[in-house]
Amino acid sequence: MPEETHNSKRIDEATNTETMGHEWDGIEELNTPLPRWWLYTFYACIAFAVGYAVVYPSVPLLHEGTHGTFGWTSRGEYAAEQKAEAAQRAPMLAALAKTPIEDLPSKPELMRQAVAGGRAAFKVNCVQCHGAGAAGSVGYPNLNDDDWLWGGTLTDIQQTLTHGIRYPGDDQTRTSLMPSFGHDKILTPAQVQDAASFVRSLSGLEPKGAAAGRGAEIFATNCVACHGPEGKGGRQFGAPNLTDRIWLYGGSHEQVVGSITNAHAGVMPAWGQRLDPVTIKMLAAYVHSLGGGEAFAAPTPVAK
Amino acid sequence: MVSLNPQGQPKRRPLPSALKPKPQNGLYEKKQPIFPRKIDGRFRRLKWGIMAACLAIYYLTPWLRWNRGPYSPDQAVLIDLAHRRFYMFAIEIWPQEFYFVAGLLIMAGIGLFLVTSAVGRAWCGYACPQTVWTDLFQQIDRWFDGDRNAQIRLAKAPWTASKLARRLAKWSLYLLVSAATGGAWIFYFADAPTLFHQVFTGAAPAIAYSTIAVLAGTTLWLGGFMREQVCVYMCPWPRIQSAMLDEKSLIVTYKDWRGEPRGKLGGKASGGDCVDCNLCAAVCPTGIDIRDGAQIGCITCALCIDACDGVMAKTGRPRGLIDYATLEDSEKERAGAPPTRHAKLIWHARTLIYLGLWSAIGCVLLFALGTREHLAISVAKDRNPPFMLMSDGAIRNAYLVKWRNMEDRPRPMRLTLDGIPGATMWSEEMGKAQAARQLTRTIPADQTEPLRIYVIAPAGTAQQPLVFTLTVTDAQGGTVHYDTRFDAPEGGQ
Repeated sequence: MPEETHNSKRIDEATNTETMGHEWDGIEELNTPLPRWWLYTFYACIAFAVGYAVVYPSVPLLHEGTHGTFGWTSRGEYAAEQKAEAAQRAPMLAALAKTPIEDLPSKPELMRQAVAGGRAAFKVNCVQCHGAGAAGSVGYPNLNDDDWLWGGTLTDIQQTLTHGIRYPGDDQTRTSLMPSFGHDKILTPAQVQDAASFVRSLSGLEPKGAAAGRGAEIFATNCVACHGPEGKGGRQFGAPNLTDRIWLYGGSHEQVVGSITNAHAGVMPAWGQRLDPVTIKMLAAYVHSLGGGEAFAAPTPVAK
Repeated sequence: MVSLNPQGQPKRRPLPSALKPKPQNGLYEKKQPIFPRKIDGRFRRLKWGIMAACLAIYYLTPWLRWNRGPYSPDQAVLIDLAHRRFYMFAIEIWPQEFYFVAGLLIMAGIGLFLVTSAVGRAWCGYACPQTVWTDLFQQIDRWFDGDRNAQIRLAKAPWTASKLARRLAKWSLYLLVSAATGGAWIFYFADAPTLFHQVFTGAAPAIAYSTIAVLAGTTLWLGGFMREQVCVYMCPWPRIQSAMLDEKSLIVTYKDWRGEPRGKLGGKASGGDCVDCNLCAAVCPTGIDIRDGAQIGCITCALCIDACDGVMAKTGRPRGLIDYATLEDSEKERAGAPPTRHAKLIWHARTLIYLGLWSAIGCVLLFALGTREHLAISVAKDRNPPFMLMSDGAIRNAYLVKWRNMEDRPRPMRLTLDGIPGATMWSEEMGKAQAARQLTRTIPADQTEPLRIYVIAPAGTAQQPLVFTLTVTDAQGGTVHYDTRFDAPEGGQ
């Protein structure tokens, strides 16, 4: 490398710019200095970075990082946002707390807000069993349809939500118990088969043949107390309507035989023990809004 | 493209002379203060005119009124972020029509290309806000400190009480201009008279004050103090323009074959037309010497042309020693041809291509604006669950139907169900007792109303297409359709 000399500065012809005065293997460098304000901007950025590192958590240490003098944390910020959000919703929640659920339909704006709040609460508490679309699955009722075991008005739904179904430890829980006719030897396996055929014939799934005929007698003796003489069920017992097209535990012959042999007794928690009354009110409003909710008057006939 | 020197060799643009390194400078360059001298001339007057027009447009636009009836704001140009509307005179843009704004931005971009192709860096020299506000601040300097020589004397003077007082007074006016600049900006986003009142009574939202503060700060910093540094170091546009200029581009040129050798009038070296008065450099707002050739610091404001023309007139020589010219034309002139008229230089192939492109996009936008529907329907089908079996075997689907009325008056509308014999629908608000094949509703002016609709079809209905039709039942009318689907269990069960 040739020795650097400071007296070889010259003006470069092509660029009209002075060279730095050093040269390596014929390569020279033009002197195009950075503006000083640019340098100061760098310094300002460095100062900002140092200040930032002091006031905000930034330096990772062995077990935790520095906390910063502002004491900022993302959790704290989240909590503050939640608080602000809660403050914003407070008037709505207060209004809901004051309003009996029967009066909600006459207050469309409050109803809308209750449905929106219920939708959020449903996603947290209910989707585990009833599904994100509230369509349920075998053993878990579909909340969109017009078939209700315990009633589909706002008050019915609120009652079910608050006290649950067959939930131990709640005196007012909705309760009923169908006997396990096959398992407890109340009926013989053949009788169970016949009863299943009759039950399925009520909604036209099986022809009204000999088996169904025998089953009708068994039904009259054993089942009408809860399911009614026509098999239309009864809400005071949560007894399903056997004449419709909706089967909570499946409608195939095998599934119905299974239900008669080993009766199902689904359980839903009493949400009153876990959620506040306003949230339950909002959940009831949401479930009611899903398309199958019943009015308080006599149930309206389903549209043709 | 790199500009060419007279021999046709590529030539790098030298740095502005103000930025040229002094021998004792190290790695960093101190900002050289620039004290442009006052000059009068046709380009200066043009620049005043454009400056006045630009400032007037900026400050007055939000105050223009435009009657849109009782349901919409009456501000001619309004960016209503809260309600997600963009109003521009008779045009109202909804968020989903943002492509109109994108189109306008593309037109603005191509417009810059077009201007560059036709008249070089005219944007930089006349209309760029940085230029306009720098010009304004330099005029303030002259009001307070006098012209170039007085300014230089004051800059060199020691910091006495009187100098400090003068500086503080000047900077106060800087701040006032900056605050007015930031202050005008916010009126584009809310009703100007209301906000104006709010700003001065302390009732405006915090975001208004912080916007004013940020824009006032940047105006003060960029216009008051950084000035040409923005053009030379910060702005990407001069760099992009370096790539767009070619030998057919109009630039400010010193005709060295006519000017050189320069020298004092009647002096020894005299021979060329340039009398070496340095007036061209003294008036330059970016502090360059145009006689060094085309350079990135030249924003082509043409004030040096005014300066030189004045000197040429006084010394009895033809104007245009420094003039707008293309490199190609300069070469012809050097060879003895008469200068080409400027109007003729503007029209070349690239200009026409940009103009065509620009106009085409403009026409497409105008056509789209003229023919766009002021009525829309959109349907989002519930997919979880996709269908619902009712106790009597009927099948229900749910849809979120949005009725959009983009007119500035309420309109009665009718939603009808096309397809699926026997199917009826009801909305969440009416209840299934009133289920029917059609629903009516009046949609308020300039609103979208979402409505949850249940469609129920008899047992056994198979999955099939379904069409919602939205018809306006007022005198103007209008119909839109939305194709969607009705889901059902397989086999119709």
